[in-house]
This record gives sequence, C-alpha cells and structure tokens, in this order.
Amino acid sequence: MTAPSGPNSATDTSNTLTAVETKVTLKIDGQEVEVASGASVLDACTAAGIETPTLCYAENLTPVNACRVCVVEQSGSRTLVPSCSRQAEDGMEIQTDSERVRHSRKMVLEFLGSGVDLSQADPLARWSEQYEADPSRYGTEAEKIEEPVRVQDELYIRDYDKCVLCYKCVEACGDDAQHTFAIAVAGRGFGARISTEFDTELPDSACVYCGNCVAVCPTNALQFKTEFDLRKADNWRADEQTVTQTVCSYCGVGCNLELHVQDETIVKVTSPNDHSVTSGHLCIKGRFGWQYVHGE
Amino acid sequence: MADLHFGDDKPNDQERAVVDQAVGQSLAESGNGPLLEKANAGPATGGPALLVESERLVLGGSTRRHERRHLLLPTLHALQKSQGWISPGGLNYACQQLQVPPAEAYGVATFYEMFRVDDPGHDEDVIHVCVDAACQISGSADKIAELKAAGKKVHASPCLGQCERPVAQFIQGRGKADWVEADSDSATAKAVPQAGDPGLRLLKRIGRADPTSIDSYVSAGGYKALTKAFERGATGVVDEVVASGLMGRGGAAFPTGIKWQAVAAEQPSGDRPPQKYVVVNADESEPGTFKDRTLMENDPFALIEATTIAGFATGATKGWIYIRGEYPLATERLNNALDQARAAGFLGADIGRSSFSFDIEVRRGAGAYICGEETALFNSLEGFRGEPRQKPPFPTTNGLFDQPTAINNPETLFNVLDIVMDGGATYAAIGTDGSNGSKLFCLSGNVVNPGVYEVDFGATLGEVLDLAGGVVGTLSSVLLGGAAGSFVGPDRLDMPLTFEGSRAAGASLGSGVIMAFNEDVEMWPVVTRIAEFFKNESCGQCVPCRIGTVRQHETLVKLGTAPGLNGSAPDALRLLDDIDLAMKDASICGLGHTAATAVRSAIDLGLVSLEHR
Repeated sequence: MTAPSGPNSATDTSNTLTAVETKVTLKIDGQEVEVASGASVLDACTAAGIETPTLCYAENLTPVNACRVCVVEQSGSRTLVPSCSRQAEDGMEIQTDSERVRHSRKMVLEFLGSGVDLSQADPLARWSEQYEADPSRYGTEAEKIEEPVRVQDELYIRDYDKCVLCYKCVEACGDDAQHTFAIAVAGRGFGARISTEFDTELPDSACVYCGNCVAVCPTNALQFKTEFDLRKADNWRADEQTVTQTVCSYCGVGCNLELHVQDETIVKVTSPNDHSVTSGHLCIKGRFGWQYVHGE
Repeated sequence: MADLHFGDDKPNDQERAVVDQAVGQSLAESGNGPLLEKANAGPATGGPALLVESERLVLGGSTRRHERRHLLLPTLHALQKSQGWISPGGLNYACQQLQVPPAEAYGVATFYEMFRVDDPGHDEDVIHVCVDAACQISGSADKIAELKAAGKKVHASPCLGQCERPVAQFIQGRGKADWVEADSDSATAKAVPQAGDPGLRLLKRIGRADPTSIDSYVSAGGYKALTKAFERGATGVVDEVVASGLMGRGGAAFPTGIKWQAVAAEQPSGDRPPQKYVVVNADESEPGTFKDRTLMENDPFALIEATTIAGFATGATKGWIYIRGEYPLATERLNNALDQARAAGFLGADIGRSSFSFDIEVRRGAGAYICGEETALFNSLEGFRGEPRQKPPFPTTNGLFDQPTAINNPETLFNVLDIVMDGGATYAAIGTDGSNGSKLFCLSGNVVNPGVYEVDFGATLGEVLDLAGGVVGTLSSVLLGGAAGSFVGPDRLDMPLTFEGSRAAGASLGSGVIMAFNEDVEMWPVVTRIAEFFKNESCGQCVPCRIGTVRQHETLVKLGTAPGLNGSAPDALRLLDDIDLAMKDASICGLGHTAATAVRSAIDLGLVSLEHR
C-alpha cells in the first residue's frame, strides 16, 4: 500500500514548489489529459473542457466531498468517486457521463430538490434540468427541511430551508478562512443543521460578521439583509445590478471589493475568489461597512 | 479570550467538578507529560485543566487536536452522567477547559444518542429499550408501553447488542454509572451455549477462566502468545498473520496481515517520527451483533493481550479500545483487566524485558452506529463528529490523529493469539480454502437457543441453526449479516457460511448475524424498521445517504400503509431501485452503500408482498 501524497500537508506543498513540476496523464471520457501532479480529477475534467456540477466545492475552500454531485466513474473503483477530492493519477480512466454517473447526479439533485428550497440556487436549477431530476416523484408529503428564517441583526439572515448542508459556511467560518468557529453542523442525519451552540442568536455567538459564510453559500440560505428585504418587497432585480470593483478604503491591506449596485444603492459586497489578498474573503468593514457611501 | 469566544453561561458546582475530573484524570491516564505538569500546576480557581494564556496562543489547530480535543467525548459523558443532560453552562465550561469552540462541541454533543442538550426536567434513570428486529419481534412495543404505564422514563433505542435476550434494555443512570439489568454473570455466560466445548478456539476460555482475574487468565494459558510473539519478533508475527490468511471479522473481510504489513512498513518521514496506533473497533452496533460484547465481557484479557501483540507487530506504542457506550459491563471488565495487566507488567514500559512499551486506553462511544465505520470512529475518538472520512487515504497511512493505524475488530484480534502460538500455516489449515479459521455467529430471533456460536469455516447455515437447537416454528427467512446484510430464504440452508460461499449466494457474512424469522412473524414492520434504522443512523454528511435513507423509508411506509397505492407499486419499486443505486454508488461510506441491501432482498424474496397492500 503506497501512501498517497497528502495534498494538505505543508511539507508536500513546499516540496512541490522547489521540485520540477511533474505531470500526470489520465483519460477523461476517452480523451488524454495532462495535469500537474497533485491536481484533482475535477481539475482534469475542467482542463479537458468538461463541465462538472459542484455544490460543496469551492476553489478557496478545502474539499469536503459531501454533496456528491461531482461524482465520476473511475475504472476499477467499486463505487463512484468524488472528482473534487480525488487526486488525478497517471493512467486513471474516468467517465463523466456514463449511465451510473448521470444517475447519481440526477438522484443527488432530485433528493435536494425534494427536501430543500432551491428556488434561489441558480446553477442547481440548470443542472436539475440537464440531469432530468424530478423531485415530485417523492410526493408532496416527502419530509422537508422546515426552519424559521433567522433574522437576528441588520447584516445577514439565515434561511435554513434553503440549506443543502454543503459545509462551506462552516469551513469559511473555521479553519479555511476566518478561524472564528461560530457555527458547526449539529444533529445527525436529515436532522443535521448548521448551528451555533444551543442555537444561540448570532449577536451572542462567536460570529464576527465577516460575512464569509454568506459569500460561499451556494443556495442563498445565507443572504445579506439588504437582499432579503428587497426580495421580500419583490424588488430584487439581479439582472439590472451593476458590479463595480474597488479597493476597500478602511485599512492598508488592499482587499478588492465588488460592489453590487441596484438603483444607485449598494445591495451586496463580494470579493473575487482569485484575488491574491482576499481569496474571496473579507472582514466586517469591507463586507458590511458601506452605508456611509449613502449617508445624508 | 485570545482566540476562541465563549458565552456567559456558567457551570454549576457539580458540572465544574465533573469536567475538572474528566479532563484531569484523562490527562493523567494519557501520561501526557508537559500538559500534565501544567495541569497540576494550574491555579485552584481554574481546576486542574487550566491552560496558560501563552499555550493557548501557541498551540493551535492540529496540536490542540492531538493534545486536548480527544478529551471532549469523555468530558461530555461526565456531564451527561452527572446532570442527565449537557447544559449550556456545562458545555461552555468544558469548552474553556479543552479549548474547543462551543459550536463544534455542541455539534458533537448533538451527534450521539446517549447525550441530550435539553433539560429533561426530571432526574430519574432513563430506560433505553431496543426496537430493532430481534427485540421488535419479541414485543418491544409492549415492553415500552408497560414501562411507560409504570411511570418509567423510556427511550426507544436502536439495537443494544443483547439480541440473545430480548427485549434488550439499557439504563442510563443519573449521577451514577449506566447499567444493564440483565448483566448478571449467569446471563452473560448464557450468551455462549457452547461454553466448555473442547472444540472451541475463540470461545475456549469462556466459562473456564475468571474474566476478572489475570491469574485465572494466565493459568488458562494467557500471555503465552505474547511471549511467543517476542520470540518470533515483530516481522515474524506479521509474517505468520499474513500466512494465516486471517480476514477481518468486522464485516469488510480485509486481510489482517496485509493491513499490519502496511502499518509496520510506515517509516518516520520529515522531522516528526510517526506515532503509530492500534485501535480496537469495539463499537459493535450492527443490529443482531453481540459477539464482541460477549468476548469482552467474558475474556477481556485475551483482547488486551492480542492488542498488545498487534502493537508489537506493527510498531505502535499506543492502543485504543473504542467500545460502544451501551456496553457498561464489557467496559468495566476491560478497565479492570487493563489495571491488572499494568500491575502485572503486561502493559507499560519494557513489557517482559522485551524493551517493547505499550499501553491501552478505553474510550466509550455514545450511541452512533456510524462510529463503527473506521474513519468515523477516528473522528469520534478525536473529539469530532463521527463523520466518515473520504478514503483514500487509508488508515494504514492516515488513521487516528492522521497517523498510521491498524484498526481491527475484537474477534479478529482474538484469532491472532492462536496464529502466534501455532503459526500461520496451522491456522490456515482450519476452515475452507477461501476462509481460514473459525467464525463466531450471533444467533437470534426465532431459534431455540439464541447466543454466540463458534464453528470452523465450512459449516452451512442449516448446521449452524441446528447448533442453536433449530428454529422455533417454520422458518421463513434468515437475516444474514445484520441490517447491512440481506435476507435469505429457507432454500439457502445448505449455503456454506464462508466468505466465498456467501458471496456466491449474493449475500454477506457481515458481522456474523444469523437472525431467524418464522412464518408467524409479520415481516413488513421488520423491513420498515430496518429502513428507519438507517434513516436514523445516517450521519448526515453526504446527500445520497442523508436524504436517500429518508426517501427509502417514506416509500416503504407509503407502500405499507396506503391501500390505494396498489396501482403505484411498480413506480414505488422503481423509486426504491433508483434510491438504492444512488446510495450504493455515491455515498461516502458503507452505511449508505448497504442501506438498501436488506430491504431489497426482502422484497426480492417475496417476504413482503406488495400485491395485496
């Protein structure tokens, strides 16, 4: 049994940096693809020009491979494998559109659609159509996640009916970005929820309102209060919004901000995932401290 | 606080005391030098586990995980036992002492069946009553009603691992240890009807040696294998285990020797030598399984000796026994045996002047079937939610605390004693070509004498049922391998109970469950309950299992309760197939992979007729 080189190990990364970059070659849907050693199967699929649906994967977070919508078929493997976290190896043969792959992707999307409110999860709707997911098969009485919308402050809201439990917010709050650890998964099975300790209200929790959880949420279970209010008033018009890039003026770090503007008002702030300073993450000031722009 | 945020909830005096004790005692037992010194030097106000500010700032992430986080589970046990629940004040204090974020600790506390995070409003004992198959068909519903009518606090529980004596009960004490009423010595010995039979290998000491006395164990031939192992040398032991062809008895049937070889081959790399571990997976929770409980209750020293040999062979210096929380007697006997083994010099530094040092720590689970999955077990032991990890990497390279780990089932380890004594070749001659040695089977349900039975591989299903006195009534089916196994019909009585024989029949031996059902048993509720079991026990991490198990259960309930659905039965069957395939193909771990196996086999076998529903 050989030890797979650990992608998360600090020593491995430094070795890769100093050593000549090695390549591995694998076959994706019959097509030969060459990627850097250490790359994931998902990276290889992308390099081959194949779009792979992902939900819990984000380029700025450690893969948790929980959603299973990115599964692919690997020759010799009894089960399908999650492309986001399986390392590409020389000689691998991967199928991304086999009957088994299509079936599992369809079922994952169908399961989610049957239990979770995906109405504001745009790519999911597209994929559900592509994979012919039909959540209505489970009937109207299928158990759903039913949680009250948690509005506990003026910055962001939590609507866990929309939560697919992708763990992204937990990771962004914890080891992958903020190291605040205000939220974690609590409960088990279908009853598992993202929660503070004893469901303590956010202002009393460890939350520092960086909003990095909001930024990584793929289904709008977490959203800016501004967006929530506009949607409630049926006045959220994403198509008409402009996005302006600027640099945060609060300190000298130089975080890039993307100001989402509707009707000449900032409605939401993000940062590019590929930005060298932020990797998409911000602090409370950059994320939520823009009201002065509209001051009297 | 420098890096973690804690709430304002304060512990009461009892909570403070039990947390201090759990943390301090565990640190002392783990022999964790620097931390122990700090613990002892801690100011009186903060209890024995107070960290100094500088340490908290310096020790982040993985270091904290190694040195302190793993005490979370024992600490939560201490709070639950003392207060009957884990209160905000108690949890907050535990988190401060352990430097665990409260949200994460809450996530852990809410993961387990035996912990509650809401005030029960009473301080009585809670009786857990098993509602899984063997107990279900023996009247657990009536038992629950009866206890409730008598004013008792009752909790409907998944399989409690006492299937030979239904209806199984387990009592969670308040301010006192948990206990099982049926755990009198006679009841324990009754679990092994073959006791005393000279042909026994794994069960040979049961009923002959006193499980509470190391002298008795040694008189019965105990610790000869360890001496022999030292003679053979570490590589020699691994070679014999490889030659024996021993395969894991926990359900996956992976060759033990190959596993040990891989762990033994792990060399120090970088600036940090690997700390290797041996972990005993005694979280026996597969419905219908009670063999490991029986072994640990009646022959605990043998497990300790075999675990020590595993440590010697693989180069591990630390062993852990992760035992399911519902096994108080086995836990007590193991702890007693560990104390005696230490006192006698069979554990600790320089065992038998071999220069090999090894010690073992027992950790209690808290009620979660998933923690029998090896990587979930590691997470649980480390103080995290018992969620399985993606494999690869495998435990042999990245196991407990991310270190090389040999993880084995107790029954597997019992086999090692004879392998070391007699040699791998002698052992390999027992059984069949594809399945070496002997196997324990857990017989329950409608058999005359339920219990743990040992046979050399090769015996057929019918022969093993006969050993248990045969079936009560007319046999309709056998659940083979547990809830994760499958039902087989009476036409399979001539199936050899070997790895290859069961595979050829499209079944699996799993953990050795043989649960018989006669024609008087109404099977629909049994099958529906199996589906409900998986729904309840899914950890919730991956979508196919978290939602698939719910949809499978709903679909079955719908089929069973709505007569108007006659016409839609084909659709429902198609749906079950679709769910099954997605869970098998796309789930992270074995729980999801097997969550539909028994249900499908019952339908295929016609045990549950869909036509007249």
